[in-house]
Amino acid sequence: MKLELRGITKRFGDFTANDRIDLLVESGTVHALLGENGAGKSTLMNVLFGLYDADEGEVLLNDEPVVFAGPGDAMAAGIGMVHQHFMLVHPFTVAENVMLGHEDVTGPAKLLDLEAARAKVREISERFNFNVDPDAVIEDLPVGAQQRVEIIKALSRDASVLILDEPTAVLTPQETDELLGIVRDLRDAGTAVVLITHKLREVKAVADTITVIRRGKVVGTAEPTASQEELASLMVGRAVTMRVDKDEAKPGETMLSVDGLTVVDEAGIVQLDGVSFDVKAGEILAIAGVQGNGQTELTEALLGIVPSDAGSATLDGEVITGKAIKDILMSGLGFVPEDRTEDGIVAPMTIANNLILDIHDRKPYSRGGVLQPKVIAEEARKHVEQFDVRATSIEQTTGSLSGGNQQKVVLARELSRPLKLLIASNPTRGLDVGSIEFVHKRIVAERDGGAAVIIVSAELDEVVALADRIAVMYHGRIVGIVPPDTDRDTLGLMMAGAHDEEEAA
Amino acid sequence: MTTATMDAPAAEAPAGIVRHRRLVAPIALGAIGLLSLIVFGFGTQGGLETTFAIARPTDFVDIPDFAVPSQATAIILSLVALGLAGLSFWFAWAHRPVPLWLYSAFALAVIFAMLTWVGAGKGSTSMQITGLLIGSVFLAVPLVFGALAGTLCERSGIINIAIEGQLLAGAFLAAVVAGGVASASGSRALGAYMGLIAAPIAGALVGAALALFAVKYWVNQIVVGVVLNVLVVGVTNFLFGTLLKENPDLNQAIGLPRLPIPLLHQIPIIGPVLFNSNMVVYLMYIIVIVMNIMLFKSRWGLRVRAVGEHPRAADTVGIKVNRTRVRNTILGGAIAGLGGAFFTVANGLAFGKEMTGGKGFIALAAMILGRWSPKGALAAGLLFGFADALREQFGIVGSSIPSQFLAMLPYLATIFAVAGLVGHVRPPAAEGIPYKK
Repeated sequence: MKLELRGITKRFGDFTANDRIDLLVESGTVHALLGENGAGKSTLMNVLFGLYDADEGEVLLNDEPVVFAGPGDAMAAGIGMVHQHFMLVHPFTVAENVMLGHEDVTGPAKLLDLEAARAKVREISERFNFNVDPDAVIEDLPVGAQQRVEIIKALSRDASVLILDEPTAVLTPQETDELLGIVRDLRDAGTAVVLITHKLREVKAVADTITVIRRGKVVGTAEPTASQEELASLMVGRAVTMRVDKDEAKPGETMLSVDGLTVVDEAGIVQLDGVSFDVKAGEILAIAGVQGNGQTELTEALLGIVPSDAGSATLDGEVITGKAIKDILMSGLGFVPEDRTEDGIVAPMTIANNLILDIHDRKPYSRGGVLQPKVIAEEARKHVEQFDVRATSIEQTTGSLSGGNQQKVVLARELSRPLKLLIASNPTRGLDVGSIEFVHKRIVAERDGGAAVIIVSAELDEVVALADRIAVMYHGRIVGIVPPDTDRDTLGLMMAGAHDEEEAA
Repeated sequence: MTTATMDAPAAEAPAGIVRHRRLVAPIALGAIGLLSLIVFGFGTQGGLETTFAIARPTDFVDIPDFAVPSQATAIILSLVALGLAGLSFWFAWAHRPVPLWLYSAFALAVIFAMLTWVGAGKGSTSMQITGLLIGSVFLAVPLVFGALAGTLCERSGIINIAIEGQLLAGAFLAAVVAGGVASASGSRALGAYMGLIAAPIAGALVGAALALFAVKYWVNQIVVGVVLNVLVVGVTNFLFGTLLKENPDLNQAIGLPRLPIPLLHQIPIIGPVLFNSNMVVYLMYIIVIVMNIMLFKSRWGLRVRAVGEHPRAADTVGIKVNRTRVRNTILGGAIAGLGGAFFTVANGLAFGKEMTGGKGFIALAAMILGRWSPKGALAAGLLFGFADALREQFGIVGSSIPSQFLAMLPYLATIFAVAGLVGHVRPPAAEGIPYKK
């Protein structure tokens, strides 16, 4: 089996997501497709998988040109894909998900042959040691298991090419290692694996060939023996330092004190379970953990947008839990939400208006209930310059900015109030390297200015680079708070719920 | 565990995740049981009797009417209900789901307590049990068809608010075709059956319009549905005032013949209730059974449900999402249209303006109460039909409860059911969201 992409070009309006990309994948190898978020990796795979039509170029299978009208065709040709967002039907069982689309039927009434599907799941599960119960319902399974179900799905269709799209984004380091082991087993069994990722460590661990993509173009290929720095500079286009320059923290008084904070969601499930910790002025507490372990609920409960069911948070001696969001913001909380486009900005509104969302009703921005455009514009120009927002005009809609510039708008708004506490969730997700450095610098500057800072990040690298202390969350609890030089294996174990009393500082 | 007092760790839940005990339903049952004891039990005067009639003249065996002492019976039934409420509390406390039979038995006990109370001292006008059940089934027919239509559409991800319009269109075309064929051929039965065949076509057309706007043009499905309802009302009213007025032959009162099933229809109670109906009612049972099997056991059903839950996942395994939705919406429209035939040919009535009277919306409630499953739709439809029949019966006997209150009960039950009192009611995840690539 040999799969080749030749000159694939895909445009969305004016934007060229893939620009004449060539790629060759052969069976029994792991081919890593390396690139930053937004470099066009997923677009390429969606073209290959028949979800998008390419504007130019062709796909060759064993040197024969093929055209996939849809995913069904691609699968029939032996190409399986594990999407970044799993394509699993949540109320269905594992067996039902695996059989979906190519169901075996039995009996005179042609009803579903669930027994055959179960047997298939068991067979594949045993072959690769997946430990997946065919009758488990998807929504009850942890993400690692869901991912294995996705792989079973592809293998049950005799996929000889398996595409894994950012497979480790939602996994703990230990689950990641397991997955990489599975990838090796698959390769040894003769499958061609395409691993799409921006994580260098994984690439180096399993890839046989590496193709690097930047801004929709292939910028080079590399051997897995290349150093992380070489790969990184190839990926982002220039030399990068993997660390953030910052001085030793000079922690002051306790600024934020959280005591037994608990959040129960609508379904009655405890999402945040009696969390207690302190953050001092002039220190960054980074919260590590696999997504969905209560980090979102913690930050949103502190902001007051999610009601807390028990416990309290005290900011500079003042209890903030139960207060109105507006009052909490004005008492000195800066909040950078995890989903910038959804919660950080109002996309169709201008940059100038987005910059005063929090203070639009105060003087001098509004008088007698009427906005003062001149004052607002003046203020906006100042911020745009200070925060290096690349825009043609402050009257441009914020939604038309790039991700990095949108984030700068959010930061400019949140940091323009005198802050006692800054909470930033995944502040650099999806940003280019230049913007990441800028955001990190501003966060460190805020710390040095005497604010307490809480960073939530799914990227362990970012956590380690920024933190003065690291709190690890698992199942709505803080498993432990450890110094930033704690080794990754320990952090990984903690992210998987293991509690090490000695490590807790 | 620092959680509210009603929480406790569930055995099956992973560590750190705690589930609330759902005590609301048992408490509600307890309150209803208590109310039943006070109102129906102690509210009945001592020394009176309630007479229940079961037998019908056509039955094999004649079961004589029987009379029970009103007060004692009502009290005992209420106590039984309270006992069941206590049992449900125990189930909930042990984190076990409260079984359906318990709810059914509870409802039966309270209803009979109420019947005993209403019929107390009215010996001459006995409570017609069999008549009540026949009425329930009959009144349930359009609701069940409507709920089946809604289930079929929503399982594929399309919200069908246009059921009311589909029922009305079905009722109209059934009447017109029946009238036309009957006056052309001279056979009223042939006319009625042709009307029955025409009804789903009318419903399917409304369904096709819904599918067109919802799937192709991504218009908000609720808005399209509402507009279609108004459109069908307008069109049928217009034709009623013009075409049907000028040609009275087209709108006669033509009824489907009754098809009693030999022997079976003479069994007491179940005979007249189940085996002495017309084609529409039998079709209803057949469709419920077939659809229940197809939706949950067949390849088609698995794909439909996948499309309604996670269309993108369905697409990635090669299922045509929009084609599935269009087909289901049209098929759903056809089933609702068939249900519309109930109002005219199944009832032996001529078409009248807006004669569906909001049953299409109640059908949506039945669909939700039935948790988007065909057999649930049947059960919920029968429940609503029963409440309707009860109201009619109380009107005959002369009850002190205003009949409007009784008519409200099933809908109150639905609101509570939807609010999650009875259990976890979850619609298909992708319903109402157009699928765009």
